[in-house]
Amino acid sequence: MASTIRVRATSSGKTTEVQALIQHPMDSGYVKDAKGDLIPPHFIQELTFEYDGKSVFVADWGPAVSKDPYVKFSFKGGKKGDDLKISWVDNKGATDTTTAKIQ
Amino acid sequence: MNVRSAIHVASAALALAALCFGAVPPAVAADTPDPVADARAFQKFFTDKFPKVKLADFVNGPYSMNEDMHRQWEEKEQFPPYDFSLDLGKEMFEKPFRNGKGYADCFPDKGVGIRQNYPYFDEKEGKVVTLELALNRCREANGEAPFSYVKDEMAALTAYMAFTSRGKPFDIKIPNDPRALQAYQNGKRYFYTRRGQLNFSCASCHVQNPGERIRAEVLAPALGILNAMPIYRSEWGGMGTVSRRFTTCNSQIRGVPLEPQADEYRDLEYYLSYVSNGLPISGPGARP
Repeated sequence: MASTIRVRATSSGKTTEVQALIQHPMDSGYVKDAKGDLIPPHFIQELTFEYDGKSVFVADWGPAVSKDPYVKFSFKGGKKGDDLKISWVDNKGATDTTTAKIQ
Repeated sequence: MNVRSAIHVASAALALAALCFGAVPPAVAADTPDPVADARAFQKFFTDKFPKVKLADFVNGPYSMNEDMHRQWEEKEQFPPYDFSLDLGKEMFEKPFRNGKGYADCFPDKGVGIRQNYPYFDEKEGKVVTLELALNRCREANGEAPFSYVKDEMAALTAYMAFTSRGKPFDIKIPNDPRALQAYQNGKRYFYTRRGQLNFSCASCHVQNPGERIRAEVLAPALGILNAMPIYRSEWGGMGTVSRRFTTCNSQIRGVPLEPQADEYRDLEYYLSYVSNGLPISGPGARP
């Protein structure tokens, strides 16, 4: 299966701008399905962006974040051609990781 | 002068007047349907109402109406929410059926870059055939179960087919067949007929009030509205097809929606696509 993470990181010299889109249902646990049964909670709890062995962005997420979340931020440093590692862990223990080259 | 000759003179004058008027095109649309004039008038209505919006920009719906939204949208388009669906659609489109055939075998040009020709009038069947309908017929002809018309797989497939046709102008044809013209007229009637508890027609929102807000939403213009289909709607939290748009519109005005791909909806899609002829396909789209 294709990765659940799409990333685009572009360096402007001093800073690197990162955009990411993650495919995840992000079920809050409060919504009912068509039959009236609760859809069990299923959401990303931690999202991490690592550059050069250090975390540059960590998000503690919860049930309030929408389906297929989108993130945009920038950090100081980052060179063209370097790797940026992205990973998430959800409340069921599932996880996904991808590595993107900074452009 | 007796009464009878007075009437003669009067009717002669009337006939003369009618002759004079006959020389210039009538100001009010004639009873005989004229799709070409309809489409011209329809497009002129919108370009007059929104002189700043370029004709091809109408396909961007509410984003063409509101500057703030336009800016947000440009940013969103760099990472569009329909991306996952588009990838799924490509994968599905290229994967053969169990009998070894594929979608490409059901469509002209192997199904690539043909979105702008749908819906078309099938002269054998005597009815309008939409892309969604053609896709399910293709599946059934090859022994596969049809998809739901409103979302998920159907939206993914049409998203991919629209994507391969981006920029191509809508090219809906009305063949020289009275049934085709009738289908067009039925679609037009459906579009302008009020229904539901709120007593709204499609035109109430999308012709009279595009650019205005309905609660927090900015209404999209009817011109070019189908060019962006299918769409990822944030409100739905997912993708939706033309069928989904029609049925939800009907329930939003508190009417009872028809079955997806009912004859009326097919005719409506035929009419609405026809009057947007010349505007580029921009689907899949993203809407708030």
